[in-house]
Amino acid sequence: MKAGEVEALLDVQNLKVHFPIKKGLFSKTVGHVYAVDGVSLTLRKGETLGLVGESGCGKTTAGLAILRLIRPTSGTVIYDGKEITRMAGAELRPLRRDLQMIFQDPYSSLNPRMTVNQILSDPMDIHGLYPGGARRERIAFLLEKVGLSPEHGRRYPHEFSGGQRQRIGIARALALNPQVIVGDEPVSALDVSIRAQILNLLLDLQREFDLSYIIVAHDLAVVEYICNRIAVMYLGKIVENALYRDLYTNPKHPYTQALLSAVPIPDPKKVKKRLILEGDVPSPIQPPSGCHFHPRCPYRMEICDRKDPALKDVGGGHEVSCFLY
Amino acid sequence: MSSGPYLLEVQALKTYFYTFYGVARAVDDVSLQLAPGEVLGLVGESGCGKSVTAQSILRLIPEPPGRIVHGRILFDGHDILAIPMDEMRSIRGKRISMIFQEPMSSLNPVYTIGDQIGEMFSLHRGSSKRESLDRAVDMLRKVQIPAPERRVHEYPHQLSGGMRQRAMIAMALACNPEILIADEPTTALDVTVQAQILNLMMQLRRDYETAIILITHDLGVIAETATRVVVMYAGKVAEEASTPVIFEDPKHPYTVGLLRSIPKLGERSQGQETRLSEIPGMVPGLLDLPNGCTFHPRCPEVMGICREQMPDLFGVGQGRLVRCWLYGR
Repeated sequence: MKAGEVEALLDVQNLKVHFPIKKGLFSKTVGHVYAVDGVSLTLRKGETLGLVGESGCGKTTAGLAILRLIRPTSGTVIYDGKEITRMAGAELRPLRRDLQMIFQDPYSSLNPRMTVNQILSDPMDIHGLYPGGARRERIAFLLEKVGLSPEHGRRYPHEFSGGQRQRIGIARALALNPQVIVGDEPVSALDVSIRAQILNLLLDLQREFDLSYIIVAHDLAVVEYICNRIAVMYLGKIVENALYRDLYTNPKHPYTQALLSAVPIPDPKKVKKRLILEGDVPSPIQPPSGCHFHPRCPYRMEICDRKDPALKDVGGGHEVSCFLY
Repeated sequence: MSSGPYLLEVQALKTYFYTFYGVARAVDDVSLQLAPGEVLGLVGESGCGKSVTAQSILRLIPEPPGRIVHGRILFDGHDILAIPMDEMRSIRGKRISMIFQEPMSSLNPVYTIGDQIGEMFSLHRGSSKRESLDRAVDMLRKVQIPAPERRVHEYPHQLSGGMRQRAMIAMALACNPEILIADEPTTALDVTVQAQILNLMMQLRRDYETAIILITHDLGVIAETATRVVVMYAGKVAEEASTPVIFEDPKHPYTVGLLRSIPKLGERSQGQETRLSEIPGMVPGLLDLPNGCTFHPRCPEVMGICREQMPDLFGVGQGRLVRCWLYGR
């Protein structure tokens, strides 16, 4: 960590998650999916960090590994001064109170056989919080905070619209008074007119409860709206990490530039010069040599397929991994 | 607008679904016109009827529970709702074709890409097997799939999402259709691949003068591709205008709200620290539509009449139509 910085709430160093590919009768490991391949991040209190990238870039896996919902292959995750990377079982339990998650699909992430009251009670039961009469009060409080009413508690998930279900998912994440919430594509499954409601709700709750967020998303406009700092991922690595203003007004990495220029703007007057990338994202099973982006990069140089560029600070905490800098 | 030589005219279309719980009026009195070479954007949220409108044009509505209960669809001067099904089959794919949102589930997994594109030629043009395969390779090359000679023998699962969508486009354009209906063609794709596919569609439109009906919920995609926009809400047309006009000066409170509620790339970074405005409430269910104007419970400008009576589509000049009591009576 650099000197003079506020201490990070979450500090992730060189995180790697490799999934083995098993084949045959004896499940021999024949290769690995390099889903997350050396990610370093810090999240400060009250901050919102965006993790963006296209499908298969490892952003969701990184989010899950940071929350210790999957076991990282290597690297360290330090939460509030404690290393949590190697913790297991009961050791992790107190951590679960502090680190919560909001899921993408509001349909499959709520148990259809439980009422909203039961869904919200469950985490409190597990952690032995708000017993007796305090429970009902707490649930009413949570429902009200997410824009629902206490009467909704007796209903089942199928009785709600997508936006309302996402509110229930948010209430569940809030139930244990967490410090950090990871939102995995929290609005992408919702109707366009509902997204603003949920984004504004997330902003309001952050202010009220002093929450820190990690928002995993592919929609760059959404991420810009709610994040302070944004890390762009490509094939398991961070290619650029900057404050939102720097990233959007002065993108450095060719991939970030292409990504930003590919977003259609809802304003026909703004005709953009578009940088269209060739080809698709390569498979994370056999990532390209050197810089993973070099086969699609319009500025590739001779060095790019031989060496892997490190993430370098190019001024003001704007980090890029590209040999151009 | 004077009744010009339209390629396709949908007149007062009503497509209803008769379900156990009641009648869902998925498309309720929708009229559209499509001129040759035009890109008509059909925008709306889930359940607004945009996909059902497209499926009605190709008569792909599953019957039962669905049924086209009213309206005419004039294509080349004929009402294609009235022609026999086997005649419809010779239009489908050949003169009007469609691409779907999910390329994996709309390609047949047990046939090669070449078989599936080649079928278009053998079915509609009577080409031999050899000839069909050669032309399939040509089509794959046109949609910029690398190594088309090899890819033509592959199965859908061997292609990436972007390539599958290209293969679908190749199939849809194989017979040089006059109309291409694209239902959320890029929603399942990543942004960089979306840019490639949209670019390709616009290029093919220039080369073959295919008219396109583009169905999407993404206003950004509409702004960049469509020439005219129809905004749908709960089975009805809420507003229709040319693309620059609708983004510059939206009239219907729903369109206004929609445009204000989406985060725009670069806006916050350039110092406009504004809070997104929300459209309150939720998209109504088709079985449980509000009385009067179906948007009134969410409308910031709601008046007494809105709660009682559905407004007509009022003309407000320059071919613009708005279904709102603010603009006529």
